[in-house]
Amino acid sequence: MHKSLSFRAAVVSLVLLTLFLGIWEGLNSAVKDKAPLSEYELLMGGASQEARVPPPSDVFRLAMEELGNPFYDAGPNDKGIGIQLGYSLYRVLTGFFLAALIALPIGFLVGMSPLMHKALNPFIQVLRPISPLAWMPLALFIIKDSETSAIFVIFICSIWPMLINTAFGVANVRQDWVNVARTHELGPLQTAFQVILPAAAPTILTGMRISIGIAWLVIVAAEMLVGGTGIGYYVWNEWNNLDLASVIFSIVMIGMVGMLLDIALGSISRLVEYEE
Amino acid sequence: MSSHFVEVQGLAKRYPSPGGAQALTVFENANFGINKGEFVCIIGHSGCGKSTILNILAGLDEASDGVVIMNGKEVSGPSLERGVVFQNYSLLPWRSTLKNITFAVQARWPGWSRDQVVEHSMKFLELVGLKGVEQRKPSQLSGGMRQRVSIARAFATQPQLLLMDEPFGALDALTRGMIQEELIKIWEETHQTVFMITHDVDEAILLSDRILLMTNGPQARVAESVQVSIPRPRSRTDIIHHPAYYKIRNHLVDFLVNRSKELSGSAQRQDFSAVDSTHPAVVDPGTAAETAPTITYRQAAG
Repeated sequence: MHKSLSFRAAVVSLVLLTLFLGIWEGLNSAVKDKAPLSEYELLMGGASQEARVPPPSDVFRLAMEELGNPFYDAGPNDKGIGIQLGYSLYRVLTGFFLAALIALPIGFLVGMSPLMHKALNPFIQVLRPISPLAWMPLALFIIKDSETSAIFVIFICSIWPMLINTAFGVANVRQDWVNVARTHELGPLQTAFQVILPAAAPTILTGMRISIGIAWLVIVAAEMLVGGTGIGYYVWNEWNNLDLASVIFSIVMIGMVGMLLDIALGSISRLVEYEE
Repeated sequence: MSSHFVEVQGLAKRYPSPGGAQALTVFENANFGINKGEFVCIIGHSGCGKSTILNILAGLDEASDGVVIMNGKEVSGPSLERGVVFQNYSLLPWRSTLKNITFAVQARWPGWSRDQVVEHSMKFLELVGLKGVEQRKPSQLSGGMRQRVSIARAFATQPQLLLMDEPFGALDALTRGMIQEELIKIWEETHQTVFMITHDVDEAILLSDRILLMTNGPQARVAESVQVSIPRPRSRTDIIHHPAYYKIRNHLVDFLVNRSKELSGSAQRQDFSAVDSTHPAVVDPGTAAETAPTITYRQAAG
């Protein structure tokens, strides 16, 4: 019965997708003017001047083309989708890992020490709700490099969920397990690595998963601002080119890569999960 | 009284009450001793501070007053010399059964080789009948099996004093009976000094050499020390036929139902302060004549 459930779910998904694409296709490609041209149209050269969303068949054709050669580089404004996604992934992962490097130790500290929790909490609460893009002008001014500024923006947006989840996970390790460490005379480092870290690992990984999701959301906007390379820049550039098929194609690609990032983090967190 | 292996003197726990200056005294003037190789149970109603006493003995909690002396040294902070079996097993769920024990053995003897640690750990897993499940995670074991792992872990570290906080409280009656028998078996082999909390009168009689009775909290105290004069080895099925069994049992039940209340709280404080530093009255209902009222046996042990 399990197999049949996933099978039936797949069928429903496919039906919904076909329905959606069918309606989209039908609405956007059926505009064929059979009526004699009006005076205005004649003046305008006879072409249909109404901009339309390209039908899925166009997007699909473009996607095949782009994915067939994802790494071509024909100048600053014409790079393959693979290169653009590569730039974005590089920025996201660099910012994310730098954030992890800072957030995990500080989160540990905040979780372990009530003093540090009380002392650092006001800063965290004020800094956390700031839209990462608000940092952009300051970052550009201080760093003076758009590439690094984009990485900084990713860094600043990834840090909070990781820090808060780490602190929460560490602070809420069951007292029984801490007592086990204490009665076995484990030192502070041994306690941290043998008891607290494995106990808090699932919560920490959840924080990292949230972080990478947010980082992937933010990179698109950041790259629209800083320009040059990356999937965000690509979307904006194709909008300026009025190439809506490319815009739609890149939207789908952003979704796909975001999903893959989440799956990757999800499978890592499955490694550290435990059942009580 | 320094002849005792563990000596508890004038122990008290008070919590500052919110707002008021009057602190809440959970228990005070707890005095008792535990001999080497002795199995001592402590019984009392919820809230009398049994668990707090155990945690203070373990070094996990601090007393507001009084000291615990073990082997001539004052107890401060947790130590591998005092093993603890917690009510909720406290196994590390991300470690396999075996690794939950090797972790403790490794901590006890850091110099041991990997093989030595595993061999020693396996020996104690076999002792509690858990050979074959050593690779399972605690979540894949039943409650009874988990508590066996916890007991194996505690015995494997060979502490000088083993503290057990209602180890069988969460188990069903059948499992509890089986593990009690196993515990007796291990205890007969090791003659480990044990201090155990229980709510179960029959369990206390079956396992212990001596039973400490606490009055109700707040301001609870250790009122009596009941000798269990039933010869060992004991078994669950035979012990109930021993003539002393029901005398002891009735004495305990009577204490829990009636006298723990009467003796408790501020009503007894004046009277109590007169016998401040003495040990609780030693009672031996098992060898006493049936008609004699309990009060006849009360005497200061100090």
